[in-house]
Amino acid sequence: MANFVFWLIVGLTIGSAILVVQSKKLVYSAYALLFTLLGVTGLYVFLWADFLAVVQVVVYVGGILILIIFGIMLTNKITSVNISNTSVQKSIGSIVLLVFIAGLGFMVYKTPWVSVANSEPAQTTETIGRLLMIDYLLPFEVASLLLLGALIAATTLSRKDD
Amino acid sequence: MTVDFLIDWFSTIGNFPILAFILAVVISGIPLFLFMALNAMVAVYAERKVSAFMMDRIGPMGQGPGLHAGKWGLLQTVADAIKLLVKEDTIPQTSDKLLFKMAPFIIFIGAFLGLAAVPFNSSLQVVDFNVGVFYIIAVGSIGVIGIVMAGWSSNNKWSLYGAMRSAAQIISYEIPAGLSIIIPIMMAGTMNLQTMIQFQSGSIWGILPNWIIFNNPFTFLAFFIFFISAVAETNRTPFDIPEAESELVAGWMTEYSGFRWAVFFLSEYANMFVVSGLAVAGFLGGWQSPIPGMFDSAGWGLFWFMVKVIFLIFLMMWFRWTFPRLRVDQLMHVCWKVFIPIAMFNIFGVGIWKLIIG
Repeated sequence: MANFVFWLIVGLTIGSAILVVQSKKLVYSAYALLFTLLGVTGLYVFLWADFLAVVQVVVYVGGILILIIFGIMLTNKITSVNISNTSVQKSIGSIVLLVFIAGLGFMVYKTPWVSVANSEPAQTTETIGRLLMIDYLLPFEVASLLLLGALIAATTLSRKDD
Repeated sequence: MTVDFLIDWFSTIGNFPILAFILAVVISGIPLFLFMALNAMVAVYAERKVSAFMMDRIGPMGQGPGLHAGKWGLLQTVADAIKLLVKEDTIPQTSDKLLFKMAPFIIFIGAFLGLAAVPFNSSLQVVDFNVGVFYIIAVGSIGVIGIVMAGWSSNNKWSLYGAMRSAAQIISYEIPAGLSIIIPIMMAGTMNLQTMIQFQSGSIWGILPNWIIFNNPFTFLAFFIFFISAVAETNRTPFDIPEAESELVAGWMTEYSGFRWAVFFLSEYANMFVVSGLAVAGFLGGWQSPIPGMFDSAGWGLFWFMVKVIFLIFLMMWFRWTFPRLRVDQLMHVCWKVFIPIAMFNIFGVGIWKLIIG
């Protein structure tokens, strides 16, 4: 059962990811990204990372994807843009792809993977909370300061007056 | 819960995991879908009647089937549903056909996924997630994608304006709603809806039920912030600027008709049910009885949960027929300058309260 659902989700993720890259219309790419992101959510669920899965939906689907679609909607008419340059550099591209896949395969083969028992952890949120608020408190706070700085900078840049 | 139970039950019969999984999902999904349809039908009738009584009218009336819509207009929504199903499904010539056809179903998926985690009573819940509260908030954001898709693909300025307003509004109001739902999570120390509801059993000083809303002043305030933000997230009046019929025709739904429009309606009422259910589970004790220690069985649990949710849905209808619509700038002002500061203050207050009083 788990295998069947897993391959279904993998198919959804990869299929929609190919659509994202291949689609001639920018809007279709953006909407195909929705299914890619939901597929990745499914993969997180298979790793027993329920909290991370939900965060994935909130942040990527609810935030980033909507901003991307917003940007496309505001800059684009419904008659899609003409892509004038359709060359994808097939020969050089395939060489780069092969080298990349070979490198990745070598890395996957050489890494000493640590295998853990495939069982449901009792509480994921509690562990994450402990790690964030006790073990990694300083990096956590620094990250929030960085985000606050980015927020203030964005507001300052987008204001026209004063 | 139901899904897990069904999968376990099927595994006792025989070893056919894929079939068992599909069967379990379908068997628990179909009643949920029927519930969604029933919910919309009852809610549409209730909305007609509530609006009528608030305007000193009598609403749909009639005797028997036929031209008149049943006794007290009870068959009105049946007639509405049949009309919507047989109506022509028009698709504008200049629209983006694929996205136009897909949009209602994306919105539907968002509402349907939310309904799957609603705890009707201690055992009647399709899936009992460890992160249930967060899950409901998260799948709510899938609907926004559908709304934007519908607005853009209609290729119509009113639809596009409606969709943009809707996206801006829902993204903004997700923040105070999320910050307020953190408070029950802080109080109960869990995101699991069932554990959260069990936390709210018992009573305070023997009089009030031990619901999170009555726990301290901050939680009391947080409930109202959450509920108002939830009303805004469902795009209902006074927060209905995305469909504002006096400015935008019907906003992002302008070009839709027939069955696709009915799907929008189904999803809107299902969303109302889901956010009310979340408010009830987080603040109003879920399926716990309002009289501590009495009427506690599972059947009564279902009854109390439905009573509370229906009361909140009635409140939403009451809002709709009482308050005028907010302007776009007022809407953003209320969200960013009033609700978010109060919600943050609430989190701080509850933290201090928990440290000192416990």
